[in-house]
Amino acid sequence: MKIPLTYILRNLVTRRLTTGITVLGVALVVFVFAAVLMMAYGVQRTLILTGSDENVLISRKASNGEISSIIDRETASIILTLPHIARTPEGAPIASSEPVVVINLNKVDGGISNVTVRGVSLQAFALRPQVRLKSGRMFNWGARELVAGSAIERRFAGSKIGDKVRFAGDEWTIVGTVDAGGAGFDSEVWGDSNQLLDAFNRTAYSTITFKLDRPDAYRDFVAAFEREPRLQQFEPKTERRYFEEQSELMAMFIRVLGIFITVIFSAGATIGAMITMYAAVANRTVEVGTLRALGFRRRSVLAAFLTESLLLSGIGGGVGLLFASSLQFFTVSTLNFGSFAELEFSFALSPTIALSSLLFALVMGLLGGFLPSVRAARLNIVNALRSS
Amino acid sequence: MDPIIRVHSVSKSYWRDSFEIPVLNNISFDVPGGEFLALMGPSGSGKTTLLNLIAGIDRPDKGSLHVAGTDIATLNESRLAKWRSTHIGFIFQFYNLIPVLTAYENVELPLLLTSLSKQERRRHVETALTVVGLQDRMRHYPKQLSGGQEQRVAIARAITTDPTLLVADEPTGDLDKRSADEILTLLDRLNKEFKKTIVMVTHDPRAAEKAHVVRHLDKGEFSQN
Ligand SMILES: Nc1ncnc2c1ncn2[C@@H]1O[C@H](COP(=O)(O)OP(=O)(O)O)[C@@H](O)[C@H]1O
Ligand SMILES: [Mg+2]
Repeated sequence: MKIPLTYILRNLVTRRLTTGITVLGVALVVFVFAAVLMMAYGVQRTLILTGSDENVLISRKASNGEISSIIDRETASIILTLPHIARTPEGAPIASSEPVVVINLNKVDGGISNVTVRGVSLQAFALRPQVRLKSGRMFNWGARELVAGSAIERRFAGSKIGDKVRFAGDEWTIVGTVDAGGAGFDSEVWGDSNQLLDAFNRTAYSTITFKLDRPDAYRDFVAAFEREPRLQQFEPKTERRYFEEQSELMAMFIRVLGIFITVIFSAGATIGAMITMYAAVANRTVEVGTLRALGFRRRSVLAAFLTESLLLSGIGGGVGLLFASSLQFFTVSTLNFGSFAELEFSFALSPTIALSSLLFALVMGLLGGFLPSVRAARLNIVNALRSS
Repeated sequence: MDPIIRVHSVSKSYWRDSFEIPVLNNISFDVPGGEFLALMGPSGSGKTTLLNLIAGIDRPDKGSLHVAGTDIATLNESRLAKWRSTHIGFIFQFYNLIPVLTAYENVELPLLLTSLSKQERRRHVETALTVVGLQDRMRHYPKQLSGGQEQRVAIARAITTDPTLLVADEPTGDLDKRSADEILTLLDRLNKEFKKTIVMVTHDPRAAEKAHVVRHLDKGEFSQN
């Protein structure tokens, strides 16, 4: 009953040029569509990767980032007496009480941007074992020394080992570079927590992060936390959840803007597909009349032209996605609205993104091909045959 | 034996804007099985329209059409499509082969509407192409064939389903004399050897010579001569 697929495929091959241009149009839109989603997902993945599920981060309620969160020393010591906090064999809590500030640094490729400076406690590296010294040495406790994340070293001028950075009325020496495996900590500068408080004349931390004594102790900890009346203004979250939330604003912004733009673009590609398919129908009117005379049904004609359009857009989608997938090898850096600081991330492809990109392409093909296919199916046999 | 075609009081008009263009005016005639009928007449006299009605790709305004035992004016569109695929073989002036399909694939096309298996279809296609003498051109595309060869492929396509009736609209109209002769000889052979009933519209008096019966249409009516 069906018009053979070879007929459809060979027609696409025969009009190489229009097929090529139409495919390219769809590919371009799908490329941008996929790139935007990959960018948003890249930001998200980087920040999700930053936090651990076994660590808990305490911040002040209603603070919308670490820099606007304040935890005074007294509250900090209350928190550290709560149960379910992992401890070293010597009994010290595996926790880091951290002042977090942003400073301005010059970017290598021009301009100034915000960089997160995190003051950490002794146990910070036990808490986050993924953060490793890459070169140079660790800062000395009690000294105005810093280690820079690998993305900072790459992207900011004057952040190499031996360079001095000025802030809080003092000079700080970069003594090492750390690598966090592509996570958000790569875009931070770390130093001694007490040095930072001292330099900024602060007495309060921003957040406290600690390791749970058991991976599944989170609920028990939260229960204990909520029973403590002096902690009403603070809230715990797993470290992963906390950083993930820092990505949501940015990812949402990229997605909304990107999808808005690509939907406008897609109108162009859809109209392109429509023009191509109308031309195909016009050129093949006699063929359609002949097929119908031979006994092929209207719906077979409809299906053949729709398939042709879907193939066009499907191929376009595949090509666009292929190009977009090569973006995975690129990292970019931009200001993350969630933390008000520069964040380096790479474009990341997920099965969902691949699938939605192809679906997006097929929708363009369907919308563009629908009216022409209906026209082909509605052709009157006698008139179609007379048009030769 | 009942006639294969029984046209009774058939009228047909076309409308252009609000003008009625009468094309066929109360036409009646029978065609017995095995006949080779030629329809002649000046251009615009309604030959193609009459042929299209008989072949079930157009509908009359009035009258009845019994073809191959079916009252085709009453069939709905999908039954009519099915009916055409089993009873009618089409031969067109400009061959109407599908350019992107090979000779083999063109001939196979109407068989895709049957329940024949791939092997059975192959047998049918090869037989039909052998009858028209093009068994060695199966893999050629229409572009790679001469006009006469294209028309022979089209004839193979028309006979591959073994239809009751062949309808041909000026089958030699686009061919040189030699190719036209080949086509006419072939149609004659299909009529004599394979007992195919043929209705052929033609302008060519030599084509009409091959026919048993010649009918002349003039302004939508049969004229006497
Ligand atoms: N679809 C149509 N719409 C309007 N007029 C038509 C249509 N088909 C045929 N006609 C008119 O009907 C008349 C007969 O056409 P046709 O049957 O093709 O004649 P012939 O085949 O004898 O040359 C012509 O005047 C033609 O212009
Ligand atoms: Mg005609």
